Order: sequence, then C-alpha cells, then structure tokens
Amino acid sequence: MRRFFSLGLLCLLLLSVTVTAQAQTSATVEADDAAALELLNALDVRSYSAKGEAINAILQSDDERARDWLQSLLDGRLQRTDDGRFVVVLDNQGRDWPVADALTNEPLGEMSRRDLDRIGINNNLRNQLRSAIAVVDLYSPNVERRRISASRLLGEVDEELAEPLSQLIAEEEDAEVARRLTQALAIYQVESGELEGVETLRGSLHPRVRVALSRAANSDDSIIADAANEALSSIEQNLKINRGLETLYFGLSLGSVLVLAAIGLAITFGVMGVINMAHGELIMLGAYTTWMMQQLLPGQPGLALILSIPAGFMVAALVGIAIERGVIQFLKGRPLETLLATFGISLILQQLVRTVISPLNRTVITPEWMSGSLVINDALSLTLNRMFVLGFALVVFAALMLIMRRTRLGLEVRAVTQNRAMARSMGIRATRVDIMTFALGSGVAGLAGVALSQLTNVGPNLGQNYIIDSFMVVVFGGVGNLWGTLVAGLSLGIINQVLEPWAGAVLAKIIVLVFIILFIQKRPRGLFPQKGRAAEG
Amino acid sequence: MTTLQRKTHPRTVGRFATALMAAAVMGASTQAIAQDDDPIKVGILHSLSGTMAISETVLKDTVEMLIEQQNDAGGLLGRQLEAVVVDPASNWPLFAERARELLAQEEVDVIFGNWTSVSRKAVLPVVEELNGLLFYPVQYEGEESSENVFYTGAAPNQQAIPAVEYLINEVGIERFALVGTDYVYPRTTNRILEAFLKDEHGIADEDIMINYTPFGHSDWQNIVSEIRRFGEEGKPTAVISTINGDANVPFYTELSNQGIDAADIPVIAFSVGEQELTGIDTGPLVGHLAAWNYFMSVDTDDNYDFIDAWIDYTGDEEAVTNDPMEAHYIGFNMWAEAVRKAGTTDVDAVKDAIIGVAVPNLSGGYAAMMPNHHITKPVLIGEVQDNGQFDIVWQTPSTVAGDAWSDYLPGSRDLIADWRKPMECGNFNVVNGSCGGSTAAEEAEAALAE
Repeated sequence: MRRFFSLGLLCLLLLSVTVTAQAQTSATVEADDAAALELLNALDVRSYSAKGEAINAILQSDDERARDWLQSLLDGRLQRTDDGRFVVVLDNQGRDWPVADALTNEPLGEMSRRDLDRIGINNNLRNQLRSAIAVVDLYSPNVERRRISASRLLGEVDEELAEPLSQLIAEEEDAEVARRLTQALAIYQVESGELEGVETLRGSLHPRVRVALSRAANSDDSIIADAANEALSSIEQNLKINRGLETLYFGLSLGSVLVLAAIGLAITFGVMGVINMAHGELIMLGAYTTWMMQQLLPGQPGLALILSIPAGFMVAALVGIAIERGVIQFLKGRPLETLLATFGISLILQQLVRTVISPLNRTVITPEWMSGSLVINDALSLTLNRMFVLGFALVVFAALMLIMRRTRLGLEVRAVTQNRAMARSMGIRATRVDIMTFALGSGVAGLAGVALSQLTNVGPNLGQNYIIDSFMVVVFGGVGNLWGTLVAGLSLGIINQVLEPWAGAVLAKIIVLVFIILFIQKRPRGLFPQKGRAAEG
Repeated sequence: MTTLQRKTHPRTVGRFATALMAAAVMGASTQAIAQDDDPIKVGILHSLSGTMAISETVLKDTVEMLIEQQNDAGGLLGRQLEAVVVDPASNWPLFAERARELLAQEEVDVIFGNWTSVSRKAVLPVVEELNGLLFYPVQYEGEESSENVFYTGAAPNQQAIPAVEYLINEVGIERFALVGTDYVYPRTTNRILEAFLKDEHGIADEDIMINYTPFGHSDWQNIVSEIRRFGEEGKPTAVISTINGDANVPFYTELSNQGIDAADIPVIAFSVGEQELTGIDTGPLVGHLAAWNYFMSVDTDDNYDFIDAWIDYTGDEEAVTNDPMEAHYIGFNMWAEAVRKAGTTDVDAVKDAIIGVAVPNLSGGYAAMMPNHHITKPVLIGEVQDNGQFDIVWQTPSTVAGDAWSDYLPGSRDLIADWRKPMECGNFNVVNGSCGGSTAAEEAEAALAE
C-alpha cells in the first residue's frame, strides 16, 4: 500500500516536472501533454483488460498522436523509462537503443534496454489495436494506409460504422479502397438481411465474404438464401480453380528444391558415376556459408545472400576437390567402397560442424524482399521466398546446360564419360577433367545450400534430409541426363503435393517411393535413358 | 519359568545389541573408507551426435554444471560427484546399450538422460533389470510409471490440457487443428486432446483437424494452406502443435510467409522453447504461444541466478535456458536431497526417500515428488516476442501434480501409480483393485492403438 502511494507521489511529481519544463510553451500544449501522459500512464498496468480500456480511451481522446502511439504499442516499441517517461524505440538491435519521446517526438539519443520497460500486449489486444488503427486510418491521406484499413474492415463493420462508410465510399478516389469498402459495407448489409449486399459480393473470393454468404444461405428469408446460395456456388467454382493453381505452384516449388538438391548429384553421380554420399553435406556447407556471410555483413542480409552465391559455390567446390583428391580417386571403379568412404566423410563433416560451430541450428535471416507473398487475388497468393528459389533453380539448370553443351569443359566431360581411354588418347587430361567435374557438381550442391538456407533449418542435419531425395530424383530421371533430373524433380514435386491433401504427408511420401520402385522395375534406366554404347556398360 | 525368562531376556538383548553395534560400527567404517575413496558417479545419457544432439547437448552441459556446483558446495555426503558421460548418438537401440554400460560397468548411482519417448522406452527394461535410477527431463505423453524412472518433465495434464483450457476459456477458440510429428508423443497427446475436446467441451468432429508429418518435414506449403482454409470458416481457430525439433523452423517460416498472423490463428506449441527459437527470426512470429512449466523470462531471483550461472558456465552471452534444463535442475536437486535424507546413494533407499521430497523450482515455487514418480509443476503460457523470448500471459494459480495415467482415455482412466509401500505398483487398477501388471498396460496400449 505504501509502495503504491509513493509510486503515485512519484507520478504526481514527474507530472509537475513535465508541466513546469514546458511552462514557456503555450498553455494548451501543456494541458494536452498532461492529458496525454495520463492516457499513456493508463497503459502501464498489469491486467490486459485494463490495457484494453486504456486503448479505447486513447482512441476516443482525439489526440493527433493517438495513431502513432497505438501503432508503436502494436509493434512493441512503446516503452516506459525508469523515470516514468514514455518513449518510442526507433531500433531495437543490440543493447542500446535509439529512442524518441512519445509525447514530443524529439529524439532522446540512445538508452540501455535495461532502463526500458516494454508495455506488453497479448493477441486480443493486438486484434483490438489493429481494428482501432483501421478505423483511424480510414480518414488517412495516405492511400496505402487506407487500403490496409479497408481490407481490415471486411466483416468488422457494425451499425455505427455503416453510416459514415457509405459517405466515405462516395468520396473515395482510389478504386481499390472504394471496392474494399463497398464489400465491407455489403457484408454488413448481408448480415442485416438486405438482398442488395448479396449482389455486390457476387464473385468475391475473400474468406469473410464466404462466411457471410454461407450464413445468409441458411437464413429464413428464402429470397436472400437462394441468392446467397447461387453466389456461393459460383465462388466455390472459382475457388476450386485457384486451389488447383495453388497446388501446382506448391508442386513446382517443392520440385525446384528437389532439382536444386539433385542437380549437383546428377553431375557427380550421373555423369561421373561416383556415388557421393557426402553430397548432402556439401549442400549443408553452402547453407553455412550463407550464415557466415550474414555474420560478416551484419545488417545487410540481402547483400550477404547475393554474395553467398559465389562464396557457397567456391566453398563447396573446394571441399569437393579435397574429397575427390583425398579419397575418391583411389577408389575408382569400386562403387561399394566409394559409397562407404563417402558416407564416412558425410558423418565426419556433420560432426565437424557440430563441434566447431554448434550442434544448434543457426539463424539465417530472410531479406525483406524475399519475405511475404505476392497476392494474386483473395484466394491465391504465392510465397516470395519459394518463387525466388524456383527461379534460382531454373537459372542454375540453364547455366549448367550451357556449360555442358557449349564449353570446352563440357565437351571434355562428355568425352571422358563416354569413353575414357579414347578421350585420353585424343589428348584430354582425364584426371584434370575428373577434378573439374567433381568440383562443378559439388559447387552446384553449395548453391543448393544457399537457396535452402532460405527455406529450412541451417543445422548439421540439413544435408541428411536431402540425400535420399536427391538420389531418388537422379535415378528416376535417368542417370547421366540433366533434362531427366529437371523433369523428374518437378514431376515428383507436383505428384507429392497433389497427393498430400488427401493422403497426408507421411503416406504421400510412401506412395511416391512405391511409385518410383515400380517405375524402376519397368524402366530401369529412368525417364530419359542415356543412349549410345557407353551407357550399356 | 517366567522369572528365568525375564532374567535371561535382557541379557540376550544386551548381547545382541552389542554385537549389532559392533557390526554397525565396522560396517560404517568400511563404508566410510569406501566413500572417501570413491566419488559418487552420475551417469549422463544424452545424445551428443546425430539428430537429437541439437536438443540434448545442452542438457548434458546442464547436468555437468549442476555437478560442478554441487562439488563446489562440498559434494554430497562428504563425497565428490563425478560425471560419466556417454553418447548414444540419437540411436534408440544404442541408448539401451549405453544405459547397460553405465549401470553394469561404470556402476553409476544415478542416470540423467533421454529426450525422445522412444529412447526412454528402449532404456526402460535395462534400468528396471539392473535396478538403476533414471531422471527423465522432457515433457512426454504419460501412460507410464516405472519403479526406476522419475519423470521431471510434464505429463499431458501439466501442459496440453491446461493449454487447451486457456485457449477455450481465455481466447475463445472454437476450432482446433492438431498438427504433429508422426511418432508416439504427438499421437498419444492428440488422442488425449481429441477425447478431452469432444467429451469435456463438446467440440464437434468437423471442428477438429488432425495432421501428422514425418520427422524433419520441411515442405509445409500444403499443410499451412490447409490450416489457413480451416481457419477461414468464421470460427476462431487455433493450431495445437506437437511438431518436434527441426521441422518447426520451416513450419513457422511458411506460416509467416503465407501471412498467417498470431492474432488470426494462434499456434500453441508444446515442443518449441527458447532453444528452438534461436534458429528462427521471431519477428513475424510475435504472439504465437507455447505452453511450458518454465520460461527463461520467469521473473524470480532463483531464475536469474540460474541464467547467470549458465552464461558463466557456457561462456556464451547469448546462451538461453529452457524447460527441460529446469527439469534437470529440479531432478538433480531432488536426487541430492533424497541422498542426503537416506544417508546413502543406495538405489532402493533413495527411491523410498525421494517420494515427498520438495525442492524449489525456478519459477518461485516448490516441486514435490509424488508417489507416482511425477512431480508438481506450475503451467505457464507464453507469447513469442521479437527477441526470441516468451512473455508469460497466463499461469495456473497453483502447481499441478503430474498424472501418469490420463483421465480422458478409456483403459487408462482407471489406473493409478503409487510406489509407496504397501502398494508399490505402477498401474494399479482401482476398479478391480489389483495391480494390473502387464495386462492393464497392454489394454491401455491397445486402446491407444485403436
């Protein structure tokens, strides 16, 4: 009790300090700030429901700074200092954070995070804040804000908001915002039983629209119910098409990951005939290179990621050369020994990463321009990181095709694989070609690692998860054929994603494996078998 | 006759007593010599390589730190403690072999170890056969109580059930997606939760979605999109995640990329702690939930001491603590207390002494060992923050005692475990009043397998 009292006293004291400090400014500002501080002080309580009421009070205060406060509260940046002031944290990296005064917006320099107390919120408050900000933003001069606000209002319009909304729609200049607001109003109309709303909502794919229409379809008013049913069936039709497109995208994306992981193997195993069980660990090294790059270039994840592409290639290629020179060259023509030796190498590399770096996963940051998704319509949006990986896989594939078809190295590789003795007698240095080919295959595995670091864990086990899939793709596609790897990877990805919704992830994987086993029985040399005499051997 | 007897009796007693005393003194002195020479051996059975190394390595370090602290404080019974570390390499049969090695060759006095349920099931027969002590620190699916195992992690009623009640009562969730990795813990937990949701809260079949994925699953596009559609039907929806280990990072990444926000569809996880979040950029995950019995953000002096000691021990400023570490902290202190109480490290004596022992936990309360070899724990719900920590938004008013046999499964609800004399039974059937032995456990398992 006494503590509470002294806290109150302290507050009063501080209040008077703020008031006197600003005595020279006009009297209205002074009164405003005192009121504002009171509003913010109300937020600094333990109970979430009391915070909710404080948020409402801020919203109704008509203070121009209200939106900024609510936004920084939502972002967790509204904090209280030890001496009872409220500040907005501008950047929360590191130990000392630059802050600005929440009342005056004046920068206050850096403060230690130990001296700051965040005003915590939970999910209910987050929802309340977003709705509150949406209502404020309806009147914002910024089009982007109005757009976000309008989509937020779908299904949230009540009687109070309906009246000003129709007026706002009439005055709105941006077509997108007007469309959204009309939909929001129409949902309200449908919910209150007006037929007009159903007509407006026809064709919209937004989930809130569907919820409103399904409710209307069960209503007692048969005219509305019929209209809603009709609108719903056309929406369902449209949704099915979108769902199909989405599955196709998922399949292509999974396929591109498989292609990336397998394409390096298609060179070392497919072209050279070396069973390299450490292929997965070369992928892992590529991913760790990305992590290391980001450590070297803090604050620039995007640049680091782009630089990791050559770096990851180089690291994996060098390790590949070491493996080839150190082990594989001595085991030429002995596949079983190669398999065992490279499996050993894979375990060594894994444990090396565990001991040297950490057994724990490393955080690889996804740059801003790769996060989120590209919204096509209300029912279909494509995730950006996967789109980049899909594009990257195609570029890598194209580059490899060029190297194999158009360069001297490619020519030599093809010559050596088709007939080693003949190639050597023509003056090709087969050993050098072996090294270069293995380095190329390993380097591509490193590239796969750079891409995978954006999709999955960067940890010691990363490679293990992809080695089986990689062999599967190469064998299915036809050993020694790059096109086969591309087609096999993409089609396995699509088959997997089509099966997954009704079979479940576990069963889908099993079905794909069984399918491949049966397929290999029928066509042992895969989709695109290698032609010519060399392939017979 | 009677007088004679009366005369002889005290004498015999006296003689007996002297003999006994002499024996006791001799015994004690030989024991004392042995004690001075030998340190107390503490076995640590955690994977340091392979897939589970990510989670288990820190637990090995935790036990080593606790041993070091105990030794600095003068050891136990005047003896020093010595850690015996083995590496079962995330290989379940190897767990059994290593446990045998610890008990038969190294003759350790106690084992701290295991993470996955399947590894615990592998070790169980060995520990029972060789009469060892095993402290198991991870939340698990329940349906087990062994004479030789002490479960310091949460049983389902100490994590899953309170978490679901929080979602229903405090958040107002009406629709549940139960998503998990395909193995024994998620399957059993989800069965319990499904029964609980339907029977206790009248949730309809169509409002429960259940999905399993393989270990290390990395392509979550389809499942996340399914969850999104599941949540778009107009009822407040939440995801209950029993996804294990590595698979969580791609899952959460996909969630944020597909724009599923915690305010729309919160995900409450039972296997995601501070440790797992170190591999994720938590910015987009703010507001997703986890249910544990301990969070690093717990605001108590004991916890701050523990964190400081841990940071000193690891030499890593950014080192995090998590729930299973606290479980080892509690388990280790309980064992030490029981050894002190029994005056010996003898397994049978410690087993009897430990029941009822209460030691402080890190969240400002006490953990007590119950007769069913489970402990009392508070249940905390935390929301993910952008710094990778959890903000505690709710907690049970008092601690909850672990229940070995779930009350929500047929076949299991009639069983209780009590390792005190005279019952000494891990699966006592209260309906037919007998210690069920293998039949009751089999029935429960058969019911699970349905």
